[in-house]
Amino acid sequence: MTDRSAKKSIDRRTLLKGAAGIAGIAAGSGAITGFPYVRSAEPKVLRYLGTAVNEGDDISKKCFEDTGIKIEYITATTDDVTKRVITQPNSFDVLDTEYFSLKKLVPSGNIFPLDARKIKEFDNITPVFTKGELPNGKKIGGQGTAPWKVLYLEGENSKKFSATPTEFITLIPTVYNADTLGIRPDLIKRPISSWTELLNPEFKGKASILNIPSIGIMDAAMVVEATGQHKYEDKGNMTKPEIDMTMKIMTEAKKAGQFRAFWKDFNESVNLMASGETVIQSMWSPAVTKVRSMGIACTFQPLKEGYRSWASGFCVSKAVSGAKLDWAYEFVNWYLSGWAGAYLNRQGYYSAVLSTAKANMSADEWGYWMEGKAAVGDIKAPDGTILEKAGAKRDGGSYDDRMGAVACWNAVMDENDYMVRKWNEFIAA
Amino acid sequence: MKPDRSTFIAWLQAAPMMLVFGLFFILPLVFVTIVSAWDYNEYEMIPAFSLRGYTDTFDGCIAGLPDLCTILKTYLKTLKLCLLTWALTLVIGFTVAYFLAFHVRSKTWQIVLTLLCTIPFWTSNVIRMIAWIPLLGRNGLVNKGLEGAGLINQPLEWLLFSEFSVVLALVHLFTFFMVVPIFNSMIRIDKRLIEAAYDAGASGWQTLVDIIIPLAKPGIVIGSIFVVTIVMGDFVTIGVMGGQQIASAGKIIEARLNALQFPAAAANAVILLGITILIISSLTRIVDIRKEL
Repeated sequence: MTDRSAKKSIDRRTLLKGAAGIAGIAAGSGAITGFPYVRSAEPKVLRYLGTAVNEGDDISKKCFEDTGIKIEYITATTDDVTKRVITQPNSFDVLDTEYFSLKKLVPSGNIFPLDARKIKEFDNITPVFTKGELPNGKKIGGQGTAPWKVLYLEGENSKKFSATPTEFITLIPTVYNADTLGIRPDLIKRPISSWTELLNPEFKGKASILNIPSIGIMDAAMVVEATGQHKYEDKGNMTKPEIDMTMKIMTEAKKAGQFRAFWKDFNESVNLMASGETVIQSMWSPAVTKVRSMGIACTFQPLKEGYRSWASGFCVSKAVSGAKLDWAYEFVNWYLSGWAGAYLNRQGYYSAVLSTAKANMSADEWGYWMEGKAAVGDIKAPDGTILEKAGAKRDGGSYDDRMGAVACWNAVMDENDYMVRKWNEFIAA
Repeated sequence: MKPDRSTFIAWLQAAPMMLVFGLFFILPLVFVTIVSAWDYNEYEMIPAFSLRGYTDTFDGCIAGLPDLCTILKTYLKTLKLCLLTWALTLVIGFTVAYFLAFHVRSKTWQIVLTLLCTIPFWTSNVIRMIAWIPLLGRNGLVNKGLEGAGLINQPLEWLLFSEFSVVLALVHLFTFFMVVPIFNSMIRIDKRLIEAAYDAGASGWQTLVDIIIPLAKPGIVIGSIFVVTIVMGDFVTIGVMGGQQIASAGKIIEARLNALQFPAAAANAVILLGITILIISSLTRIVDIRKEL
């Protein structure tokens, strides 16, 4: 029918014939065999809601090859992803989001936890997520909405996070990283070792932070604590006076002209840095890589106070059930089976299941990205462009060095409402 | 009987527009107003009467005196940008429209030149932002040019991510909305009036002030309404060109929406709507558009 109608015009006869044919097929499909067109299962399609950062065409292409599941990306900004889950839970199947937004998503009841027993590699997921420690047992910083605090639910339909492991997983971990400041070493010309440098008058008019309150406030807190002006009980859950104090320091800096611009979008951060409008700013790892691939020196500078970390994972919409839910499990299992993990690692992120990713990377790649070793050959991006020449080492060193130095996680605070208002004041100041 | 019938037909003729207007404009506005008086928590709206959206917005306005509170500061800033943009688009738009209406003789050229004014709309906001950096940035064309000419020693920082760049971008974008209605008013001016003025010995300036400007008034007011309403609600251009460091009324609404505080966002939308209506109604007081059309 589709073939026929694709040809030129449809006259009344063919239309009738076609309609009769379909009626016949529909009537006989139960008994008559040999109608592959009708018998073949409906195509496996999953609508995947997330931010642009994780939505690679390569991943969906490879996934289709391996599993036959077609991924349809729905791309939105961090804030819009959350908004969409709350307001239109039927408009997506699989959700890829950050752990900090769970404090809003779980109480809404619009997402469905996945069953850990159906995730093949669940036991191999890095203990960063499950216990808050490195594979070697070292505890890592847990201020803010750390993933292990919101990983488990008390029951399938529960809206309460469980402190002890259960099989109901809010988000199946996929990708995470340790963020810090990006700098232009060619323009700064001296070593940078502390978060305090963000507000150093030396960089007046050449600094920037993100204009996403949940993330920006954490960077601000790192700076305030580094300057020794205040020690927070929990940077990721400030009291009202702490929010006031933090925003006051940032507002003074803003009024003094410290910031060139605030950024919200990945590409904005790349442009600010590449054009030399800013020389020091909060940044994401692939943005640094992108600036560097333009032939401009840019360092993802490790700082002595540690990193601000983030993590994201998969869950499904509460509207997903039956066969679609099975495909969702199949997709998540595929995602953790190694190919995607290796792909993420090569972008400078970290994959949730290290063992399967390792099996999909060369020893040299693994050494460069994960062990902090000097590259033996050239290091290539997933698309084949050369990122680093042989001999280069990753900024910040190995996985253990970087993840081990995490000080806090992106967060939604109890005083979030107040914080957002104060953030608006800061922007308006 | 007859007048009844004709009013009925008039209503019938207006009905489709009324329906569209009612469904897609009035009804949503009513919803926004209702929601603005609801309560909310972290993730949902609570349909219980609460003026929290409003009181939060004006928080500290009285306690913080004599310092201005955030909302007043934001609106003053938005009004300032609006006024600057309006004044500049008016002068430029009027000049362009004057040129098109009185100096360009052929209809074809008038159309071609008017279409040229739409060029700023051919690019997306992101592209536009990226395009301004190489021009106005610290290492941009303008700064490099001025340095090369020996006029400045240090790059001018205020060229980009400043009120200057915001107004520049807004004028660049919205002058078109001034040009079209003013041009439309101008070509309907009876040419004989201008000839009569000339014959009566009026100077070019007198003709402009006494004949053309009064007759182009409806166009000026309509253009002004376009520009004022767009700039009052704009947050993308102000955000992008101001380096996200300049607050605007629209930005507050966006920030509230992003924090899922829909009632608070609705309250701010109602406030913005009220202020914009005030401006527009005072504009229409100056000129009765319906009479002039």
